[in-house]
Amino acid sequence: MPDFQRSLPYGSLALIAVIIGAGAAAFAYTAGWFSPQRLTPNKMVAAFAPPGGPDLGHRRNHAKGICFTGTFDSNGAGVELSKAAVFAKGQYPVLGRFNLATASAHADDATVRVRGLGIQFSTPDGQVWRSAMIDAPFFTVSTPKAFYGLLLASRSKDPDAMKTFIAANPEFANFVAWAKSAPWTGSYAEEPYNSLDSFVMTNRDGVEHVVRWSLVPEAKVVPISEDELKKRGPNFLEQEITQRVAAAPQHWTLVVTVADAGDPTADPAKAWPADRRKVEVGTLTVQKIEAERNGPCRDINFDPTVLPTGITTSDDPFPAARSSVYAKSYDLRTAEAKDYPRTAPGAKP
Amino acid sequence: MTPASEHFTPLQRVLHWIMAVCILAMLFIGVGMVSTVMPKYLALVSIHKSLGIAILALALIRLAVRLRYGAPALPMDLPEPMKLAAVLSHYALYALMIAMPLIGWAMMSAADYPIVVFGGWRLPPILPQSDSLHSLLWNSHYYLAFAFFALVLLHIAAALYHALVRRDGVFESMASVSTDHEAVQPAE
Repeated sequence: MPDFQRSLPYGSLALIAVIIGAGAAAFAYTAGWFSPQRLTPNKMVAAFAPPGGPDLGHRRNHAKGICFTGTFDSNGAGVELSKAAVFAKGQYPVLGRFNLATASAHADDATVRVRGLGIQFSTPDGQVWRSAMIDAPFFTVSTPKAFYGLLLASRSKDPDAMKTFIAANPEFANFVAWAKSAPWTGSYAEEPYNSLDSFVMTNRDGVEHVVRWSLVPEAKVVPISEDELKKRGPNFLEQEITQRVAAAPQHWTLVVTVADAGDPTADPAKAWPADRRKVEVGTLTVQKIEAERNGPCRDINFDPTVLPTGITTSDDPFPAARSSVYAKSYDLRTAEAKDYPRTAPGAKP
Repeated sequence: MTPASEHFTPLQRVLHWIMAVCILAMLFIGVGMVSTVMPKYLALVSIHKSLGIAILALALIRLAVRLRYGAPALPMDLPEPMKLAAVLSHYALYALMIAMPLIGWAMMSAADYPIVVFGGWRLPPILPQSDSLHSLLWNSHYYLAFAFFALVLLHIAAALYHALVRRDGVFESMASVSTDHEAVQPAE
């Protein structure tokens, strides 16, 4: 047996240390530990938090919402665009969530400009299609990085932060103009909901189209003033949709808009020209409303990259960013479930 | 029975080196994907899931091969604590190779995410949706990944120690490219 005490092979030991150290450093680099400027899902989620901290147990954005269930009656017209089973003529179950684009689960309804809808279509082949849409006709900014900048600027104490942000991201001015001029409504049922992000649909022949989609309400839109909204109480949207759906199912038409070559498919802040081909593919019917606390939408992460065969992501960078950030939000809120306890008898822990 | 060979069988060596590449890639993809919001996130997650299932299948094959053919004996003069560390670390490596993909699969199931691998093959959920199980599994997957990487580094350090310092043939028992067939023809 060699005597290691007297003849320690320093060179070999140093080589081993260097190899192991390099391995550990490469791992730390990949994890972003040497890259404080890297935009991570953790940073993005943290940037959503209101000054008092996040509402534990709730989604980190679009935190206030209410569940719905219903059906999607596909008319078969979508088969031309996508081989996804959901476009074959027939009726498919859906579940979803009406929501407000706020990080506060207890925000007053009248204080939130943007309203949204998350939805999951299920088909007999076991596949699901999830989408999270909002009522604005285009997104706030062109890139996830700019969106992070918007979150920081909106929470900044610097009075010029927003001015500086708009100067660097002029597309945001369009959104501000929409927010100022678009009429408010008194109901989730009167809102259109738009994917904004583009996706690629592939039909049975392998032909691809870049598309966006919208749910267009059947309900008559009754504009009301912001002041009138404030008088209706902090939770009027949830009360109104519950009563409205109890009285009669509510309907939306699912419209797929097909891009022409050269349209800005990678930028959800840019609307496509109004004359683009639109295909009405079916009707969403909302039949039942349930509170989120024990409702079927609570467990669902409406990750827009959960897509059936026949739909894929496009060159739009947002779905990937949303997927990573929504997953982080889901991981956090499920770990905090005790802060938002279920109340139904026999509820899941 | 364990054959008294100096080398692992060629099948064991091939499995070892394929899995070495897969597992290192898996660990790097894992820490990389959870720290980015860029479009590559989706590609990385997709590879992570498929590679995880591939590693699970390879690990089960490897375990069966190991149980059938055993491993070369460690050098007689290896100090007892090192022998113990070698045995325990290999149990831990096998446990992690099998458990990590299963935890990942279970974690995705408990979050009610569809699990799509190899570009369209849909795996069934192995757990119902559950907030508490999802959190437990997520934490396990996360912390065990770092433990796994630490163990891989320790394994590499030990292999190099055998190769460069002790020069006792342990490294060559896995690294040799010879088609030494002693071990696949056990004297029965």
